[in-house]
Amino acid sequence: MSDMSSLNRKLIQTLAETISKQVDHFNKTEVECLIREFNVLLGECAASGRAVNGLDKEKFRSILHNNFGMTDDMIMDLVFRTFDRDNDSFVSLKEWIEGLSVFLRGTMDEKIKYCFQVYDLNSDNYISREEMFHLLKNSLIRQPTEEDPDEGIKDLVEITLKRMDHDHDGRLSFSDFEKAVKEENLLLEAFGTCLPDIMSTEAFEQHVFQEQLVL
Amino acid sequence: MGLSLTKAAQWTTAGKLEFTPMNESLLKELLSFVEDFSSRHPQEAEHVFEEPLRWSTTLGASDFKTDYYISGIDVQSHEKDSGGQPLLQLSPPTVCVRSFSQLSKLVHLAADKKLEELRACLEENKDAMVKILGPCFADILEKEDTHTDVLHLVDKDQGKDPEFKINLFHLLQNMNKQLLSKLLEEIEVELNLTALKNDIESLKRLCSEGEKRLLKSVRYTSDFEFSNGCRAPLWRQVYGDICYLVVEPCDTENLYITCSTAGFFLNGGIKQEGAESGYERTSDTYKDLLTLLKSRSPYFAEHINKQASAVQELPSTQSVHRHVESVDMEEQGELQRSYEQQEKNVQDKSRKQHLLNKKKYEPCPRWKKLGLMSPCGKAEERKSRNSSGMEMSSEIRKKKQGSGAKSKMKAEFSLSSLPGRLSSSQKIKTPARATELSSESSSQSEEEEEQSERRLESNTDLPPEYWQIQKLVKYLKGGDQTATVLTLCAMLDFNLMQETCQLAIRDVGGLEVLINLLDTDEVKCKIGSLKILRKISHNVQIRQTIVDMGGLQSIVKILDSPVKDLKALAAETIASVARFRRARRTVRLYGGIKKLVNLLHCVTNLASLTANQQKDVEVARCGALALWSCSKCTKNKEAIRKAGGIPLLGRLLKSPHENMLVPVVGTLQECASQESYRIAIQTEGMVKDLVKNLNSDNEELQMHCANAIFKCAEDEQTRDLVRKYKGLQPLVSLLAKVNNKQLLAAATGAIWKCSISVDNVAERFQEYKVLESLVELLTDQPEDVLVNVVGALGEFAQIPASKTIIRQCGGIKPLVNLLSGTNPELLVNVTKTVGACATDQDNMAIIDQLDGVRLVWSLLKNPSADVQSSAAWALCPCIENAKDSGEMVRSLVGGLELIVNLLKSTNDEVLASVCAAIAKIAKDKENLAVLTDHGVVPLLAKLTNTTDDKLRQHLAEAIGHCCMWGSNRASFGEAGAVAPLVRYLKSKDATVHQSTAMALYQLSKDPSNCITMHEKGVVKPLIHIMGSNDKTLQEAAAGCVRNIRLLAVANRKAILFY
Repeated sequence: MSDMSSLNRKLIQTLAETISKQVDHFNKTEVECLIREFNVLLGECAASGRAVNGLDKEKFRSILHNNFGMTDDMIMDLVFRTFDRDNDSFVSLKEWIEGLSVFLRGTMDEKIKYCFQVYDLNSDNYISREEMFHLLKNSLIRQPTEEDPDEGIKDLVEITLKRMDHDHDGRLSFSDFEKAVKEENLLLEAFGTCLPDIMSTEAFEQHVFQEQLVL
Repeated sequence: MGLSLTKAAQWTTAGKLEFTPMNESLLKELLSFVEDFSSRHPQEAEHVFEEPLRWSTTLGASDFKTDYYISGIDVQSHEKDSGGQPLLQLSPPTVCVRSFSQLSKLVHLAADKKLEELRACLEENKDAMVKILGPCFADILEKEDTHTDVLHLVDKDQGKDPEFKINLFHLLQNMNKQLLSKLLEEIEVELNLTALKNDIESLKRLCSEGEKRLLKSVRYTSDFEFSNGCRAPLWRQVYGDICYLVVEPCDTENLYITCSTAGFFLNGGIKQEGAESGYERTSDTYKDLLTLLKSRSPYFAEHINKQASAVQELPSTQSVHRHVESVDMEEQGELQRSYEQQEKNVQDKSRKQHLLNKKKYEPCPRWKKLGLMSPCGKAEERKSRNSSGMEMSSEIRKKKQGSGAKSKMKAEFSLSSLPGRLSSSQKIKTPARATELSSESSSQSEEEEEQSERRLESNTDLPPEYWQIQKLVKYLKGGDQTATVLTLCAMLDFNLMQETCQLAIRDVGGLEVLINLLDTDEVKCKIGSLKILRKISHNVQIRQTIVDMGGLQSIVKILDSPVKDLKALAAETIASVARFRRARRTVRLYGGIKKLVNLLHCVTNLASLTANQQKDVEVARCGALALWSCSKCTKNKEAIRKAGGIPLLGRLLKSPHENMLVPVVGTLQECASQESYRIAIQTEGMVKDLVKNLNSDNEELQMHCANAIFKCAEDEQTRDLVRKYKGLQPLVSLLAKVNNKQLLAAATGAIWKCSISVDNVAERFQEYKVLESLVELLTDQPEDVLVNVVGALGEFAQIPASKTIIRQCGGIKPLVNLLSGTNPELLVNVTKTVGACATDQDNMAIIDQLDGVRLVWSLLKNPSADVQSSAAWALCPCIENAKDSGEMVRSLVGGLELIVNLLKSTNDEVLASVCAAIAKIAKDKENLAVLTDHGVVPLLAKLTNTTDDKLRQHLAEAIGHCCMWGSNRASFGEAGAVAPLVRYLKSKDATVHQSTAMALYQLSKDPSNCITMHEKGVVKPLIHIMGSNDKTLQEAAAGCVRNIRLLAVANRKAILFY
């Protein structure tokens, strides 16, 4: 068993070394911690040595919910989709670390890119009016008295589109989005919270990097 | 005064003056009137009021200086009426004032509280006119503005000085007119006056003879038309009245109609010009004249419709929004100027003002309209082609009664906001804009269109931003955080510095939502909210509302947030909200000062900063901004110090960035009014940085630095430090910035204080030719610059060479000219400087030639004790150095009496200065004789019991010189002046010894004085003084002892021989 764990540790260290060269924002120790955390999250699957593809959607959603206080199922799915780059319905170790690199410590540019990917539902590199509507459809309390309960949301979409659509083509390209966010940082998470706030980031890092080192 | 107050001022139900802009300006006008009254009209100011004005004051005995007897907490004025009653009596908290001179003195004493005092006085003396003039005079004043002959009243009046009383009456009358016309400027006349006139003209045409006539006659009550087109008397115009009509219909009795900006209504029967009563409204208010006539005269109503042609001639009077300027009046007496003359400049002004007003009131005309139209009740069923606006409002009202809150959102909104605002808007502008409906005469068919359409039409009155903002606020209320952030961003896109938007946010309830967001956990929402708040809080009303809603507490709480952006924004918002006292207090009470000081921790002087450090710097900058705003009150300054803010500010002072330095230095200079700060600035080495930043390119920064030096250089070490760090030259070069008056005031102030150190003057300033520049600044500068320039010159003139330079640059003449000013601070400095210059014979010749001595002398009459003493000090060198000074002094009629009377002052400094001046005057025998006649001896003798060494010195000097006439020596002895003088020899001050020895020597020439002296044991200290190095002192002491000795010898001889 000790052979096993020492072998494991060795493996992890090598892996960490490779990955830390490919990913920004994390040093080797931190990557190591993240790998451990990943393994813990994978639970017994990893311990039993069976081939595991990674974190599935359910698991990932519960992480987002428990650690980063996200509640919106739709947004959580979208975040999962963005993490899962190869679209195999699992977040692999590499995807996990790459994703977290932006998620926790991304620069403004990286975050803009990330958020844009999250909001670009059909991955056509544009956020269309319909996509915005879809993203915002639950964001206003519907007033039953109104003839068209969606009127408010439609209006909000129009207002936002007008503000952000710099090339006036009725949809947001990446450069539209980027420009708007740089003008007003608040627009980064314009269509739903898909990044953790500073407190949960700190709490998570504390949990992963410090508590694990002690172990 | 009485009239405008009772009728025009806006009172709350509790009898308080409301805090409205109109009341403020009214008060300010009154204040300047009262303040200047005693200097402008000294005789009238003496007139004793029929009844005292009483009110509860915030002033205490400590606020009163000379001219008052102070006993405990009670104060009485020296000035008394013929019955011996003091004209001012204070037994806290009540104060009684019985003349204008006392009133204006009191206002001066109250300093920055003067507005409150006046407000309290007015609130508690609503019948001030009656109290001042007595009921019969006040009646006339109340009645009309025309020049009523009041002479006959004087016969009835038993007053002693009728002439002054009439003058006073006229003055008050003028004042009254001025006030009213000032107020008129603020009032817009809404109705289109030309349209109204045309209407009336067409109506007159309908009065033609024969069967066809609809009315018998139409006439104005007054033929006189004011320049603004109104015919109503001025004081009624305040209410919005335009003119009065008497209409004689064919079928009913005469109709007396008031045309006012609020509409048309029947009055109590104003038959002719100048009626005193009948102005009250006795009918509903109608939107236009035609409707009113139709409702009152069935005959007219029936026939008017037939006369289609006639109708066409009747344009609608309702409401083209036009502004008509009222009389433009600034100076007293301008009312009498011919009105035609004024009309020229009236128009431009009106346009400007119109724009201004329009902007200001844009957000809520709709409410005003609703509020104003509510009285027109029954008129709604009338099928007038012109009454669409009115119907609309009544429809809205119906809706209110009927479906209430369920009506369409927009209507709902205006209703809900109505109750609170209605009363105030009505009060603010009684004749507020009636409506802004377009003037097109709507045809019958249009009138029957859908309500909703109409509402839309009337909705367009508000700027489009208003509705957009309202919609956004709705989303804010009903949105989750994503929608909220989007909405906040959308709101940020509006021009939030524009008042329309600012007030719109408040008026639609957005402010509440924004403040609520601050208490959530959503960082982004808080950031968005603060971004909006920091901008809209540039508006005074918004700031107050934020504080009223308790928003400031939430903002202060955010200062603890771990998110730096949030902290910076919160501090920035505090900086812009905390511009008034209550807000600053709130910040302190909720621990905000400490939190703000904590924001100041950051690294500033590293060459390259990480992104994180840069954020810290930004947070610190915002913190400094907020502290700057907060530091305007004393307790906060103290709180900043206690929180350890001074060293942190000192560290930030080393920052290379201007945007950081401005708030930091701004805070420091604001706080430098406290001694603790001045010491800290000196000991923490901040003077160096302040000096360094004097060389900045940023004028604001330069100004704050100069101001800080100005305040700190009271201290000698600081002055030396300024010189050491080479701060004098940059200060001098700032004198060239003649266009930036604030900077100039700061720079001259700093130079003034630095020049108190002779080293600074002798070593540095002279070589920079600063005197020449300063003399140039003696003309055409604002008072705060002048005060400093003259103060500096006064310090420079302590050096003989400077006196010559001042003369050579032609500085004497402007200085003497400044003696006729009114600002006490300036006068103190001017007299001091003139006095210093007068020590030079050549300068004195010029001063004498310019009649400067008379000007200085007349300043002894100034109510300020500081000015009195400073003037008296200045007189000393003048008298000493003037050619033929005795003659010069005699030529000043009443001058000697004046100065002798000042010996009754209670201020030691005044007394000392006056004694010094008397000593100089008494050198001339003739003048001494006059002084003696005015009773100088007993007055001086009375003062001898003082313990103030400065006063003792000059008092002894004065006594010594006054001994030289007649039996004065004996009189001093009889008045008991000798014994106290002997005690002066025990004083530690050598100068006191000197003058006392001289005085004793003079007094000892009278034998009985010698006996008193000897009894009091004068010989021993005198013998001690004989050992002094000062020859005159030796001589005086020896002379005195000799006289005593001689007397003793003579005595013995007498005993021996007889």
